[in-house]
Amino acid sequence: MNLRVIKGGILDSVQDNGRYGYQHLGVNPGGAMDRLSAQIANILVGNSLNDAVIELHFPASEFFFEQPALISISGADFMASINGDEVPSHQPILVSKFSLLQFYRMKAGARAYLSVRGGFDLPVWFNSYSTNLKAMAGGYKGRILQKDDEIGIQSDEVLASILGKKEYQVLPWKADIGWEDTHVTELLALPGNEWEQLTASSKESLEQASFMITSHSDRMGYRLSGQLLSPTSKEELVSSAVSFGTVQLLPDGQLIVLMADHQTTGGYPRVAHVISAHHSRLAQLNPGERIQFKLCDHALAESLKAKQQQHVLQLEYACKFKLEGMGIMPR
Amino acid sequence: MKYITDFRIFPLGDSAITVDFGNIIDEDINLNVLARYQQLTNDPVEGVIEIVPAYSSLTLHYDMLAISKNIPKGQLAYNWMHEEIGRRFQQPLALQENNGALVKIPVCYDTFFAPDLKSLADSKGMSCEEIVQLHLSKQYRVYMLGFLPGFAYLGQVDDKLATPRKSQPVEVAAGSIGIAGRQTGIYPIVSPGGWHIIGRTPVHLFDSDKENPALLKPGDSVQFVSITLNEFESY
Repeated sequence: MNLRVIKGGILDSVQDNGRYGYQHLGVNPGGAMDRLSAQIANILVGNSLNDAVIELHFPASEFFFEQPALISISGADFMASINGDEVPSHQPILVSKFSLLQFYRMKAGARAYLSVRGGFDLPVWFNSYSTNLKAMAGGYKGRILQKDDEIGIQSDEVLASILGKKEYQVLPWKADIGWEDTHVTELLALPGNEWEQLTASSKESLEQASFMITSHSDRMGYRLSGQLLSPTSKEELVSSAVSFGTVQLLPDGQLIVLMADHQTTGGYPRVAHVISAHHSRLAQLNPGERIQFKLCDHALAESLKAKQQQHVLQLEYACKFKLEGMGIMPR
Repeated sequence: MKYITDFRIFPLGDSAITVDFGNIIDEDINLNVLARYQQLTNDPVEGVIEIVPAYSSLTLHYDMLAISKNIPKGQLAYNWMHEEIGRRFQQPLALQENNGALVKIPVCYDTFFAPDLKSLADSKGMSCEEIVQLHLSKQYRVYMLGFLPGFAYLGQVDDKLATPRKSQPVEVAAGSIGIAGRQTGIYPIVSPGGWHIIGRTPVHLFDSDKENPALLKPGDSVQFVSITLNEFESY
């Protein structure tokens, strides 16, 4: 039995925590833009952290459930509804057979994540479910979701018995994400290897000025617009590795922040790197919003990431306990 | 062949570390990069997720949380990694000169597939034929894969062919052969690109269905072989 796409969205794809081990072949990791939200969506339904989820952009796809399922939506708030009734984010929801999931409005954030208990019945490409749109591989047929796509989901008789005759049921606990400021535009960053090659005034601008996310922003990277920055030397760099969060200085003096579908290597000066703990907030920003960079050191970057991870693990533990209390056993 | 002990280690954000042997395209340096890649692949560093060799550098992407679990409390994962890599790179290496394959790649240089051949020839004061002959005149080393799945950076082309990238990227067809600086490369899939396109190969550089999806690997040599439009179409 399946999850059926009855209306295609603008850019909805299957993702997980990314495809690692193939960057030496030029295959980028991809994966969810907001890994943290993807993990929270999985935790809420008792999945493992790296199970496949559907990353939704607005306008998002509409889904039809051909069997009962336990689902959750995390990340951006697109005003989800089941059969026309608004349902909350960050909460597990039981839906009955023949339920319709729709998204009405872009209320906050940029990317929502839909998880279904048991994950999706899809082939794995190079250790990952993530869709690589460039290589046209991974995820669902290597492409974004379209009308009439059918994705296999697991059946679980317990879910139908809990639901009884109800169309859906929002389970009474919510992931507390208060510890994660979901909409903050200040991004901590480590200086990049070419930071020292910026002129003094450019360094000052990068730390003091704000930069607007332009409409030339997608899963590969965010092009920023702001004060022009300049390097002290025009020496060309031979290509070497870049990463999620790398802030490069383009020849026209503007910045680009590399995101999930970034190239594996590049030759533009790497002036900074947004810390891992702030990738999630970065991924929830939309074109037109302004961001500020603030430089930090490894000690802060590592401690913030560790703290984030601790919250994730606590949430995972608490959700497993709650689900078991309802008779929904660990997978 | 030189065994290079002069390198710099720097962070690439909070989850990766780069070892750089110097910002140049040089065969000896690239041999050292690949030998170190092999060393670290054979004897992995705990917490390292993957290693990306490039022209003159090697980047290790790591899981900082996994590393933190195994080191004394209070020590930074980055500092531990920096020390560990520094220590590993003091170990001597067995450098191999020629462990790559020679791969012949058929190319059709017909203007139909070579949107930039004429303008490149004009800018160099040469004929299209001369450009093609120079491009065919030597074997190229595969220095690295990157940019796109299976995209091989080859070098170095004759100085007379060296040309800066286009200022704006344009849509480039799969199989296109391009020149940028003294590099030449093959676009495995359709993509925006800024290299000057002088021909096209019917060969697939990247096949996602294969266990080894990339045709070329660093250290291989490539010999381009000219084919006609008819040969391309019946390939």
